[in-house]
Amino acid sequence: MDYWMPWLNDMKRNIPQEIEPLKALQEFTSARIAIGRVGNSIPLKQSLEFKLAHAHARDAVYSELDINNLSDLLKQFNLAVLHLQSMVSHRRQYLQRPDLGRKLNKASIDLINDYGVDTDIAIVIADGLSATAVNENAYRLLQVLIPLFTAANFSLTPLSLVEQGRVAIGDDIGYGLKSKLCLVLIGERPGLSSADSLGAYLTYNPKPGLTDETRNCISNIRPGGLSYNNAAKKIFYLVSEAFKRKLSGVALKDNTGLLDS
Amino acid sequence: MAYKHTIRSKVYKFPDLKTLMGKASPYRSGDELAGVCAASYEERVAAQITLADVPLKVFLNEAVIPYEQDEVTRLIIDGHEVDDFSLINHLTVGELRDWLLSDETDTETLNRIAWGLTPEMIAAVSKLMRNQDLIAVAQKCKVITRFRNTIGLWGHFSTRLQPNHPTDDPKGVAASIIDGLLHCSGDAVIGINPATDNPAVVSNLLRLMDTLRYQFEIPTQTCVLSHITTTLQLINEGAPVDLCFQSIAGTQQANASFGINLNLIDEAYQATLSLNRGTIGNNVMYFETGQGSALSANANFGVDQQTCEVRAYAIARKYKPLLVNTVVGFIGPEYLYDGKQIIRAALEDHFCGKLLGLPMGVDVCYTNHAEADQDDMDNLLTLLGVAGCNFIMGIPGADDIMLNYQSTSFHDALYLRKVLGLKPAPEFEQWLIKQGITDDKGNMLPISPSHGLLDAMVK
Repeated sequence: MDYWMPWLNDMKRNIPQEIEPLKALQEFTSARIAIGRVGNSIPLKQSLEFKLAHAHARDAVYSELDINNLSDLLKQFNLAVLHLQSMVSHRRQYLQRPDLGRKLNKASIDLINDYGVDTDIAIVIADGLSATAVNENAYRLLQVLIPLFTAANFSLTPLSLVEQGRVAIGDDIGYGLKSKLCLVLIGERPGLSSADSLGAYLTYNPKPGLTDETRNCISNIRPGGLSYNNAAKKIFYLVSEAFKRKLSGVALKDNTGLLDS
Repeated sequence: MAYKHTIRSKVYKFPDLKTLMGKASPYRSGDELAGVCAASYEERVAAQITLADVPLKVFLNEAVIPYEQDEVTRLIIDGHEVDDFSLINHLTVGELRDWLLSDETDTETLNRIAWGLTPEMIAAVSKLMRNQDLIAVAQKCKVITRFRNTIGLWGHFSTRLQPNHPTDDPKGVAASIIDGLLHCSGDAVIGINPATDNPAVVSNLLRLMDTLRYQFEIPTQTCVLSHITTTLQLINEGAPVDLCFQSIAGTQQANASFGINLNLIDEAYQATLSLNRGTIGNNVMYFETGQGSALSANANFGVDQQTCEVRAYAIARKYKPLLVNTVVGFIGPEYLYDGKQIIRAALEDHFCGKLLGLPMGVDVCYTNHAEADQDDMDNLLTLLGVAGCNFIMGIPGADDIMLNYQSTSFHDALYLRKVLGLKPAPEFEQWLIKQGITDDKGNMLPISPSHGLLDAMVK
């Protein structure tokens, strides 16, 4: 992890000798153990590393969807792309009013009503708590996933790109678009070690007012976590099962253990 | 009962006690989300002025959540001690604030009235108090608990060593425990949040910690923070359970969403007591709480989040816990938006818990979507040290790699002990000296590569 600021290597000289024996512990965990001390405090190198990780996470929370680039990329799937917004008007409000992030604004409701034809799957792409995760991972996941859906003859609604959205906004969208299942790809809450984690939530028979136990979640989709191929396989399996059993959520979760890879 | 107050010919009316308390609460995002907070700065102060004149006796007659509807309310009302209340039963909420701060009200007096106070009385008075007041009164409270060591003595300050690992890998957990012990952490408890509630995994972690504790004769206790039903099962299977853990909330319905009720806690408490594993005391319960939990379960019934929180303490004190930990900043910015709100909430929780007679600790923490950072945690940590908080968390580098949030590091506790002249639990302090981790003044010593704890890891 030293590549980002090579000069910090020089500071290793300042780390007290006595921490070296503890270094051996580091092979067992990625926790920040054996980081040494100056007096009773954390050495500067480790203090700045922590700050940098936090900065990445904070920047991800305040990142924005790259609508133009995403729209361009999504064209290749030959599906209409709808630009939608929740009832949230700014990020500060988004963070404090999850209820507003779960509902579409008036203009967006009008827009999807024009597209409501009976289909199988509505794919919703929302910024969530990390637009960075969406900007970097959503398209590349769909490159693998959409061909799986079309090969299995699932019909797809237009793709929805949602700003300031929470997971449950997919319920309104799936319902408005008259689709049997809604798949929401959304930026997850950034951790210190991963600011680019994408989550996928699927809900069978989406309608307003559903809660978390009706959904299945696949988490940590990113190059350093669950790969696009494995994520697409898991999602496809769960979607297929949801259609077979006409449900999603807790009852479907029992089978996902088969999928660990 | 309706309440009102007039400011410059504007009449503020509050239809009932719970509305009044919500509007009197210092601003936080969760009360706005719940729709219970004041609509203006003036209304908030009007509510506080009104609340100050409410006699404490009113709280015994006007429940914020009906007695018939909620077992927590029944616990509060049925458990109220009229004799303990007699010293203060003539006071209003505002007069109670002044009484708490007066020089005549000392540690012993505060101990004497603990069971005469209800959570709602304490929540109400806290809403009239500045942060300084919350610290000054909490600092006079003393709550001492024991299992294998003594926690909460004057001049002592403990830590829970929190060696979490994303996959519950035993070696990963052990490495963090050893690093923590070598940094003087773990006198409150060595406590793991498991990534899974799988009983076999939890049992394995319990045995790992118990072996280490036994081998090195560490005067502390261990705990895996699994669901209470899992712990009960493991007790019946003979696993080495020191402490029984459970998250609790302030309403019956919120607890139901956690899969618990008072009968279940009764059963687990008795089962844990029957193991008789404590050497110098039998405080066997460990509870965690946090403002916003009732609302997030849609079970707050129009009651503000701080009052809900203090109601949870009524449950905790029934079971004479070793530790109560308010995980203040974990819940996220929709309940506590920024460092200011997190700090205020933590000081409230610590004050209210201590007045009710609980051994309060605080998880000084925040998530990455909250408007907070380690500077805010430094501030809160220092304030809590001054307030006499019993314990905080000790997490490698303050970064919990399993729960994905930031708390306090082993170093943070060392800092606090140094600047405030505080020591670990006395039994643990002696152990640290014996192990060559500190000298007899509490200064850290260099660790030898052949130290037994490092050796244990290699094996």
